Amino acid sequence: MESIDFEVKTEFETMKLAESLSLLLRPGDVVTLEGDLGAGKTTFAKGIGRGLGVKKTINSPTFTIVKEYQGEVPFYHMDVYRLENSDEDIGFDDYFDRGGITVIEWASFVKEYLPMKRLDIIIRRLDEQERIIQFYPHGNYFEKICKELAR
Amino acid sequence: MTKNNQYILAVETSCDETAAAIVKNGREIISNVVASQIESHKRFGGVVPEIASRHHVEQITIVLEETINQAKLSFDDIDAIAVTEGPGLVGALLIGVNAAKALAYAKQKPLIGVHHIAGHIYANQLEKEFIFPLLSLVVSGGHTELILMKEHGSFEVIGETRDDAAGEAYDKVARTLKLPYPGGPHIDRLAADGEALIDFPRAWLEDGSYDFSFSGLKSAVINKLHNAEQRNQVLKREDVAASFQASVVDVLTTKTYKAAKEFGVKQVIVAGGVAANKGLRAALSTKFMDEDTELLIPPLSLCTDNAAMIAAAGSVAFEQGHRAGWNLNANPGLDIEEYGRRRKLSKGKI
Repeated sequence: MESIDFEVKTEFETMKLAESLSLLLRPGDVVTLEGDLGAGKTTFAKGIGRGLGVKKTINSPTFTIVKEYQGEVPFYHMDVYRLENSDEDIGFDDYFDRGGITVIEWASFVKEYLPMKRLDIIIRRLDEQERIIQFYPHGNYFEKICKELAR
Repeated sequence: MTKNNQYILAVETSCDETAAAIVKNGREIISNVVASQIESHKRFGGVVPEIASRHHVEQITIVLEETINQAKLSFDDIDAIAVTEGPGLVGALLIGVNAAKALAYAKQKPLIGVHHIAGHIYANQLEKEFIFPLLSLVVSGGHTELILMKEHGSFEVIGETRDDAAGEAYDKVARTLKLPYPGGPHIDRLAADGEALIDFPRAWLEDGSYDFSFSGLKSAVINKLHNAEQRNQVLKREDVAASFQASVVDVLTTKTYKAAKEFGVKQVIVAGGVAANKGLRAALSTKFMDEDTELLIPPLSLCTDNAAMIAAAGSVAFEQGHRAGWNLNANPGLDIEEYGRRRKLSKGKI
């Protein structure tokens, strides 16, 4: 599958791109984030949360796995890093159906629970600051969002 | 016979540990049982919640029985049952909350919900009476917060992490250094044998901010290791650990000291798993040595998750008249300020 790629030079640009994306998302949407430790997954998730109008500090959910926030719509920030090698279903469907926007870091650890229609994002490190952020839309709806964002 | 002593039975299952304890008059540990699950988590390089929930179910009854037996008490002696209601992993919390509810209902005892972090703070009351206002530095795998307390049961978060918790940064750096889980103690041990030769960044953030940020530091360590690898340079792991630890400890200590001055607190309390870190303990002790502010750091056994701390917090809540209803539920995202406000409102209601 072809990806739609964005190059960012700073953490600030990552945040801006995420904020722009958030404005195109609707309740029920699921976005996944992959990338090495320190690539900027949490930064991207913070950008989405901010774009959705979350006022509270959005910090890493690694330890608690899920953190819930209230913006203009509910925002579910998940990090399933600690579910590696586990087949635990923490009730993913419940979150996806609750009318919020879900962002999942390290989503490949819980592949079997992800919806068919979703937006996969991979953050690749170019150097200490620069990243390539690749969008892989699944389904027409997310393809349209990516095209809109690329304009 | 009139009963003078207060006994609180507490249950804690918010993450890796299944724990129960009985504390007398909020200060004296009568029994304290922790069924550590760390062994079964090691091979996964992290806490696997599925295992956590299942183990909690398997261990909760045994742990409770052991707690009562060790205390040589009967349920008639228990005044109330306290339990961690949040924050934590929902599946894990539910086991403790339901066990405590069932027990409280069967024995007709009052039930008290306790915030996990309030518990960590109150672990210090098992050692020494609180004097207000006090400042608590809470550092663990999931938390890095500075909490100001003006009285019992009131919590004001004056600073918190904007990204990774300190303990999480330790675990992730440890993983990059290929150290076993949990990474914190390993880095602490390596750091003691190394020198802080690498100048890793310190995230001070805006002037006057008591917030923390450890994500940039984590990235800096990873970058340093990557770059060294590409150039076939060998970095001493001890030095990387010492340099990383120096940055974390510098920021934690400096911000805690500043906040202690600004708010004129009488005591500074360190709480949470990272309070076991020797580097942090030493740096704080030096910083507060000549100060009027009293520094309290709990003994190692009370830094990590345990139920005695929940009993200590529950004891004060009980005295203040706080009672939870039978609708008490696990609350994975429980906010400590909100918990404090709710506690005030629930006074006297049963």
